[in-house]
Amino acid sequence: MTARDDILGRIRTATNRPEGAGPPPAPEYANRPLIPARARGTPAELTRRFIAMAIEVDISIDRVAEAGGIGAAIAAWLSAEGLPDRAVVSPDPAMDAYGLDDAPGLTIHRGATWGDDLVSITPTIAGIAETGSIMVTTGPGTPYTLNFLPETHIAIVHVDRIVGGYEDAWARVRSNEETGAALPRTVTMITGPSRSSDIEREVTVGVHGPKRLHIVLVGDIESGTDGKKI
Amino acid sequence: MAHQTSLDFSKNAARAQADADLQSALAKLQRDTRLARPVITGRLPEFEDLRDRAVAIKDHTLANLDHYLEAFEANVTDAGGHVHWCNDAGGARETILQICRDTDAKIVGKGKSMVSEEIALNDYLIAHGLEVVETDLGEYILQLREETPSHVVMPAIHLKKEQIAETFRDHHTTLDPDRPLDVPSDMTEEARTKLREKFLAADVGITGANMLIAETGSIVVVTNEGNGDLTQTLPRVHIVIAAIEKVVPRVEDALSILRILARSATGQEITCYTTFATGPKRPDDLDGPEEFHLILLDNGRTKLLEGEFRDVLRCIRCGACQSACPVYGAVGGHAYGGVYGGPIGAVLTPALDGIDKAWPLPEASSFCGNCEAVCPMRIPLPGLMRRWRDIAHKEKLNKAGARRGLALWAWAAQRPALYRFGARIALRLLKTLSGRRGYLRRVPLAGGWTTARDLPAPEGGTFIDRWQKESRGKTQSNTAGNTAGNTAGNTAGKTGS
Repeated sequence: MTARDDILGRIRTATNRPEGAGPPPAPEYANRPLIPARARGTPAELTRRFIAMAIEVDISIDRVAEAGGIGAAIAAWLSAEGLPDRAVVSPDPAMDAYGLDDAPGLTIHRGATWGDDLVSITPTIAGIAETGSIMVTTGPGTPYTLNFLPETHIAIVHVDRIVGGYEDAWARVRSNEETGAALPRTVTMITGPSRSSDIEREVTVGVHGPKRLHIVLVGDIESGTDGKKI
Repeated sequence: MAHQTSLDFSKNAARAQADADLQSALAKLQRDTRLARPVITGRLPEFEDLRDRAVAIKDHTLANLDHYLEAFEANVTDAGGHVHWCNDAGGARETILQICRDTDAKIVGKGKSMVSEEIALNDYLIAHGLEVVETDLGEYILQLREETPSHVVMPAIHLKKEQIAETFRDHHTTLDPDRPLDVPSDMTEEARTKLREKFLAADVGITGANMLIAETGSIVVVTNEGNGDLTQTLPRVHIVIAAIEKVVPRVEDALSILRILARSATGQEITCYTTFATGPKRPDDLDGPEEFHLILLDNGRTKLLEGEFRDVLRCIRCGACQSACPVYGAVGGHAYGGVYGGPIGAVLTPALDGIDKAWPLPEASSFCGNCEAVCPMRIPLPGLMRRWRDIAHKEKLNKAGARRGLALWAWAAQRPALYRFGARIALRLLKTLSGRRGYLRRVPLAGGWTTARDLPAPEGGTFIDRWQKESRGKTQSNTAGNTAGNTAGNTAGKTGS
């Protein structure tokens, strides 16, 4: 008998399920999703809710109308905040359209990071209105370390990628047999900079992960669509 | 880390009550919790429905646990991970040590994990030559001080910042001894620098899991610090240790539970980092662990699954019952001796360590019902504590004096006329003894109660006498009925308050 047999045997005895009983019938709640009302709304409503919720958890937000202006906006923000002008960028082809390479006052390189970079710039899968969270995943163009090791994490969120609830964001990353898409190794919902209240319950920011989480929101927030003038 | 024995509960409790620092920390926790909870649950109108949903999810999963564990195992394996089933603490420790040895590990980074406390993993790995570093700030502080966590989600809640500053000065000896460590952010910054070196040097990362998802073979790890993420991604090998009750069927189920977890634990809408990880690094990924191992641990869970304590397996380790419990609030987590303090410890420790050792813990409750009222998984904690008391009484584990007293009371309670007569005499006696003061400083056989407070002298007849009198005085018995109901329903009446 292996430990596996022991444990499964004891479980089957305790639950009165014979070996090979097969999958149980779907529970009653399975087709009755319970999504909070705050995850519902028009694209513009969801965008405004996303912004409000993100600000609550100490995320700073900048807006640009066109993707090509992202590089200049980031350079200006870094300078205004007195932060370094060098950044590591996710080697995702989507990042090439953001004007990062030739923005004056910004020097970038692409790849993973091992702790030497103070600023990172990454794409996101979604912005989630429910809690002001962003969703990021690991893949060949999106190393995991960029979300955690640098002191400042700058995340690009397109307004047409803002969704209502967690489930809506998950719909974008699930494996799909038709398209051959596989679930990424990691899917992370990030809601603000790293924090701890382990010392006398006083909140301190920047414990292990980033001290700052800055979002550059791209597109027209009034219509909730991308690529138009604000 | 050796745990104190549960049998010392009354001694531990007395020591805790004399500790002024601990008392002020606990008072702050309870005050903050009372204030934060209505705000955070009030912002989510679906909160109570989500609790019901979470209970339904867990009950369904537990009733079909073999199926969901097998499905989970198959999906972890498909993703390139390895699942190791372990019956008990010894099996889990040996399996983890073997994985560390196979990879020639020297430094192990650890995320916060209550189940690793259960199996005393750190001591074992250190005894076998590994350097083990706790990376959660609170757990790191406790590791330096050789202490155990005193709260499930706020492990160092019992410490003052001055004590922590002293610990940092004692251990971080390469730093300037005169550096300022006056405010928490000074210490956070220092821990960040120290632990960053360890994250980057670690060969193996060990984390717990808040949930396991059967349909995808994913683990869910939530943290505020990001230490869980650095622990699971920078080292070559990631080992997850999780007990078998952590599995849920689908991603949607995990998302529902996430909506009540942080709100119940820390009063946040969601923690800063919620990561779903599935298997090791993929061929084209630029970072991530080469190996992914998952330890599926029983350690007493199948025993709980069998019978009347199954509900406790719904626990998601949020610590809400601890923060809300007046007994925990008076003595702190360490007084409970076992890995888990507070109401959840009073139910779990007897199961994990044996009721013969842990019988005093279920006694440490006023049955006010706060724990059940706040438990996101609606675990009937007072009811389960009462079951343990029953078992301890039947096995004659509690004190002989208490058993004799209960036997006497039971004998009298079955003879109503005698009981009422005795109650009237006792009442008059207490009133006479109190004299003009109106309270008693000492009461025979109740020394434990009166050492810390006075007993107000009873006024105006026994409960039954007054009830009968009031019932006679009213043609409608509604008022009296309600009064009696409220007095008798000591736990039910509290729910939802």
